[in-house]
Amino acid sequence: MRTINSKLIAETVKELCIKANLELRKDILSALRRAREKETSSKARGVLDIIIYNALLARKKRLPICQDTGMVVAYVAIGQEVRIKGVFRKAVERGVAEAYRCSYFRNSIVMDPLRRKNTKNNLPSIIYTCIVPGKRLNIRISVKGFGCENISRTRMFRPTDSASLIEDFVVEAVKDSGSRACPPVYIGVGMGGTIDKATLLSKEAVFRSVAGCSRKRHIAKLEKSILAKVNSLKIGPMGVGGRTTALGVSVLSYPTHIAGLPVAVNISCHATRDARKVI
Amino acid sequence: MRKIYLPLTKKVIKTLRLGQEVLLSGSVLTARDAAHKRLAETLKSNKKIPVSIKGETIYYTGPTPTMPGRIIGSCGPTTSSRMDQFTHILLRHALLGMIGKGERSKEIVSAIKRFGAVYFITIGGAGAYLSEKVKNSKIIAYRDLGTEAIRRVIVEDFPAIVAVV
Ligand code: SF4
Repeated sequence: MRTINSKLIAETVKELCIKANLELRKDILSALRRAREKETSSKARGVLDIIIYNALLARKKRLPICQDTGMVVAYVAIGQEVRIKGVFRKAVERGVAEAYRCSYFRNSIVMDPLRRKNTKNNLPSIIYTCIVPGKRLNIRISVKGFGCENISRTRMFRPTDSASLIEDFVVEAVKDSGSRACPPVYIGVGMGGTIDKATLLSKEAVFRSVAGCSRKRHIAKLEKSILAKVNSLKIGPMGVGGRTTALGVSVLSYPTHIAGLPVAVNISCHATRDARKVI
Repeated sequence: MRKIYLPLTKKVIKTLRLGQEVLLSGSVLTARDAAHKRLAETLKSNKKIPVSIKGETIYYTGPTPTMPGRIIGSCGPTTSSRMDQFTHILLRHALLGMIGKGERSKEIVSAIKRFGAVYFITIGGAGAYLSEKVKNSKIIAYRDLGTEAIRRVIVEDFPAIVAVV
């Protein structure tokens, strides 16, 4: 057994919250730069120039990339040979609260969905854990704003439905959102499992590099086809028109039931933010 | 790029073209969901609101807390369509300009045109960059709403695109 002190967990969570909010993922930044070169309209280029400059400025001056510093979701894979000293949930929450207070991030969480009173410390966060072999902790912190979260959707397809219906569903979601989700977006799709599994997969999908593609050939084909269709919408960066409505599409799939085909679409804005560390 | 000075006038608005890129300089108010709800409810019950919106431009934003030594935190636009349900009554009380991100509902698009007002979009997610365009910021109403309080903000060369006019 290896003992990990909850203090170390709190420190790591704090560090990751700060990193995610201040330093745009390298793969996203490179994709934005490639998109900028591909755009032909001066308006689309202008918008991408500002988005890229904003990311560089945020990193340099230690300012949040976006004012919507999100609701924190922690994905923690716990090695089964690890023993945690202290209370795990409290450690994660302490890390989040400290990061948001020390770094002047926005507190965007309300305690009750109807009464809507701000908790003033950006807590609670959402924590997903899984047990894996080994003696390490793999912590990933994702912060997502709600401009794009509000656009995400799920649908239960029939088992006999074709891939092209799923493509249409994803393209529809982007089309309906127009520029509300801060395009160019990164689209995560979860397919299969149950409704909750599909939704979780759609979130995990955007952790993959935006330049990558699925290892399953038919899924990689689906990703490519969705990307082409979405970009032919010509919504463009922040809706000004142009070639880049999405930077990439990532589809994760899982076995499912003979009677169903759940699909979830997670639209993630150009400020797709997460950070990971293994301790 | 054309420079526009705030507060706006109906005369200036008439000269704006759809899709035109502009740089805004002058005074704007910030307000988002919770402040809009209060403003609209107060106006509906014929009570006085704590700040006059006549001829004003409202920027839909909820900034991050201000770091020591800075004027304002990151302050990009939030989704405008959530404010649609409260916009008509504000236009009736002579609001002239709005800045946000994303499309507006059909009804609000036609109301904006009918009232001779204008809706600009700016760059969502560019909160750090846009904070550098803010030269002064002060909370003037609804302080209890925290990030959603109403601020008087002075901007200089704030980039925007005419989206509805
Ligand atoms: S959608 Fe993303 S980039 Fe746009 S305002 Fe929200 S968090 Fe920021």
